[in-house]
Amino acid sequence: MTTDVTPQVRVNDFALKLANVNGTGSASANGLIMQAIFRMGIPVSGKNLFPSNIQGLPTWYEIRVNAQGHTARATEYDLMVAMNGQTYREDIAAVRSGGYVLYDASWPLDTDLLRDDVTFLGAPYASMCLEAFAKPRERILMKNIAYAGSIVALLGIDLELVRGLLAETFARNAALRDSNQLALQLGYDYTTANVACPLPFRLAPMDATTDAILIDGNTATALGALWAGATVSGWYPITPATGVMDNFTKLCATYRRHTEPATEPGGEPTVVNDYAIIQAEDEIAAIGIVLGAGWSGARSFTSTSGPGISLMNELLGLAYYTEIPAVIVDVQRTGPSTGMPTRTQQADLMLCAYASHGDTRHILTFPANPAECFEFMVRSFDLAEHFQTPVMMLSDLDIGMNDWVVPSFTWDDGFVPDRGPVLSDEDLAQMKEFFRYSNPNADFVTARTVPGSAEKGAYFIRGSGHDKLGHYTEDPEKYQEVVDRLKRKHAAAAAYVPAPIIETRPGAEVGLLTLGSCDLAVREAVDLLGQAGIAADYLRVRGFPFADAVADFVRAHPHTFVIEQNRDAQLRSMISIETGLPIASMRPVLAYGGFPLSADQVVGAVRQELEG
Amino acid sequence: MPSIVKPLIPLAPLARNELGLTIRDYEGAMSTLCAGCGHDSITAAITHALWELSTPPHMIAKLSGIGCSSKTPTYFVRGAHGFNSAHGRMAAIATGAAAANRELTYIGVSGDGDSLSIGLGHLAHAIRRAVKMVYIIENNGVYGLTKGQLSASADVGTRPKKGEANVVAPIDPILLGLSLGATFLARSFSGDKEQLIPILKAAAAHNGLALIDVISPCVTFNDHEGSTKSYRFMREHEVKEVVADFIPEREEINARLSGGGRRSVTMHDGSVITFRSVPEGYDPTDRMAVESYVREHQSTGEVVTGLLYLDETKPSMHQVNHTPSSALNRLTFDAVCPGSAALAELMADFR
Repeated sequence: MTTDVTPQVRVNDFALKLANVNGTGSASANGLIMQAIFRMGIPVSGKNLFPSNIQGLPTWYEIRVNAQGHTARATEYDLMVAMNGQTYREDIAAVRSGGYVLYDASWPLDTDLLRDDVTFLGAPYASMCLEAFAKPRERILMKNIAYAGSIVALLGIDLELVRGLLAETFARNAALRDSNQLALQLGYDYTTANVACPLPFRLAPMDATTDAILIDGNTATALGALWAGATVSGWYPITPATGVMDNFTKLCATYRRHTEPATEPGGEPTVVNDYAIIQAEDEIAAIGIVLGAGWSGARSFTSTSGPGISLMNELLGLAYYTEIPAVIVDVQRTGPSTGMPTRTQQADLMLCAYASHGDTRHILTFPANPAECFEFMVRSFDLAEHFQTPVMMLSDLDIGMNDWVVPSFTWDDGFVPDRGPVLSDEDLAQMKEFFRYSNPNADFVTARTVPGSAEKGAYFIRGSGHDKLGHYTEDPEKYQEVVDRLKRKHAAAAAYVPAPIIETRPGAEVGLLTLGSCDLAVREAVDLLGQAGIAADYLRVRGFPFADAVADFVRAHPHTFVIEQNRDAQLRSMISIETGLPIASMRPVLAYGGFPLSADQVVGAVRQELEG
Repeated sequence: MPSIVKPLIPLAPLARNELGLTIRDYEGAMSTLCAGCGHDSITAAITHALWELSTPPHMIAKLSGIGCSSKTPTYFVRGAHGFNSAHGRMAAIATGAAAANRELTYIGVSGDGDSLSIGLGHLAHAIRRAVKMVYIIENNGVYGLTKGQLSASADVGTRPKKGEANVVAPIDPILLGLSLGATFLARSFSGDKEQLIPILKAAAAHNGLALIDVISPCVTFNDHEGSTKSYRFMREHEVKEVVADFIPEREEINARLSGGGRRSVTMHDGSVITFRSVPEGYDPTDRMAVESYVREHQSTGEVVTGLLYLDETKPSMHQVNHTPSSALNRLTFDAVCPGSAALAELMADFR
């Protein structure tokens, strides 16, 4: 073992990557490190780069620590925890010069893998666990906690804090807790005895996460649906969206049950669910269930990914034309077709914006992180009912399945949901006649009734041509009158969707326009460009239809770059289509390989364009 | 809300149901189907059954997919809430509606194309889920609106108006239902309102999905010689051995007393179905016996009609989901939003 120590110390600014075999229990060890850093008050991100597989294939976890909060994906690693012999070569190659490799020294490392500019730290994790544990499964699992013990020593993580986290996690299982504590200590002791700890890049406690939480976007989305009052959901399992409904199901079991008194004398009171979660036969049925419930006046939603949106296209058109509220969460993954189900992308923008045959356009929201997933989910339900139309929230795998440090969620008990114009029986009694698609309000929305309303409010909803009275029609003018109103209604939603975030600098001629999970990488790029003498403004689109500020931003910058995670520059096209701005007035910066965006991709593309 | 208003022809004073409504109050717009279409007879039977049941019109939700059959909800109960959805998707939409509001009577009208081809998956899963609804398949063996293509219910050997005889095995909704765990399976013939009305009434009382396959000849595309869904074929091959009566819960209790050899099943809402006559050895609650009886007759070219199978012991979707006895859509926001204190407490779990 070489002990070449780099003299320059870096505190709270580094990245490490952990290479594992999937299905071996590494996720809990990696999450433990991430959580410990979070608890030390330091901005941190953890990104899981995993295969579409149950067991045996390579998987990586990347942790980036940055005191300034620049926690977008890093592309250079100071420490590689190389625990997968299958990928040694590429993992060792990925360490930056002067960095470190931690590996399992139970077996010798092939000498042709060695690099002169990298320090190799070996520890015999498999051998230690073979000795310390009797059960075969435990020997495999505990290796992960043992290397976590080494990382604790190497990075200067508070050992007691980590011991405390294990105690919390295994509060109900003393045997597991003891095994974990033992494995942690094995790794920690071995490394402190053999390596000068901590390494030159290390951690020091901060107070930057005091009011923050560590949460993934799918859990946050489920929380948003619950607090927004969703009572019906239809869904079909799909990576990376499954976590939304898994979490919604768990949360409902906690928060949405009440006891009904016995129906017969001497009978037992029963626990009832104030919700119905229906696992459908496919995504077509999932959206069908949502529309049935939305028609009936319940807040209902589904969660899916791109392939599911493809299947839902038919009924999304029905919902648009018949004006039924629905909330659809699209946790985007890499397409087309099955694509790469465990990799991220933002390539469903146009699919969602114009979903279905015929002239259709939908309201979209674009959260950038779990905090916005929570907030926009609530907003999406309001938008759906206010405008009586499907609203799609476009999250992605990076947001949905990775843990993010975000401000703690809060709730205003004075919140009143916007249920849109729905006529009660009292309202109907005041009316001479009710016609479903007549008398639009200022936002071009017409009042609806729900099934069960008094007979005067009964109408026949139909996806076939209808006039403003709701009657079947094949008359050109009567047909157009309705679809023209729908277009105006959609346009009116621009004032209601989450407004863009805009940050400007004096004299900036460069504008970086982006959306969703590109946020952190683009913000970091703004800083890096500033350091290089290029002042750049920032705009993040958060909803569709676009606010006027989006077009204004493009016009105000001689060099506008539209940064997004798809091949075809879909956001750029949509801005051009919707605002009439020439497409050449915006330069695309595209990342679509499936990994989350990093700042250097943005900086590189911008500088290349400006400097030639 | 009809698209073509039906002319009301004054007749002698009409009978009134328990709500004081006449049969006229259960009618809808004028049919735009072909004269003599079997579907119009089914519409008349539905109208009559709902009137006899005294179901308040506004407490009825009528849903359909796309096709000739799916046009028919416009033609009955104008005061009901209607949803003419997309081809094959009615079952999924009805599932969501029923989940949100269990207080309505759901009448789904579909066809053989809608239910046995494009929407087969949704029908199958609605059966599995036991969505509480009446699901009517107006089965004519052809696609009418697209002018006469054979459907998935067309029997082997049946001839379309033009082209070759069918060689592809049909899907029989009754046998399908038996294999999927359906709890109410009936077959009828559009030309037999006397049989269909009690079946419809029983179906509305059933605690689950009541599937009714109604052979309904298409006079334009499938009523010719060589068709097994024609009026003539049905008149010649129908076997009506399973005869059931429906007795609403509110009627006199002594009406439930059945004569010797009769068999009664008490429904979830307290109403009673009495099998007035069944073939020797036939048990309408024995899945396997029903299946072999239906198959046996099929092998000789006969079509068995009646309320063929009934299981009132299985839980419906609402019971499986443990939803409240009143509609979910009536829960107030305060009842479903856990509020700020609960959220603040929960946040500690994400530290």
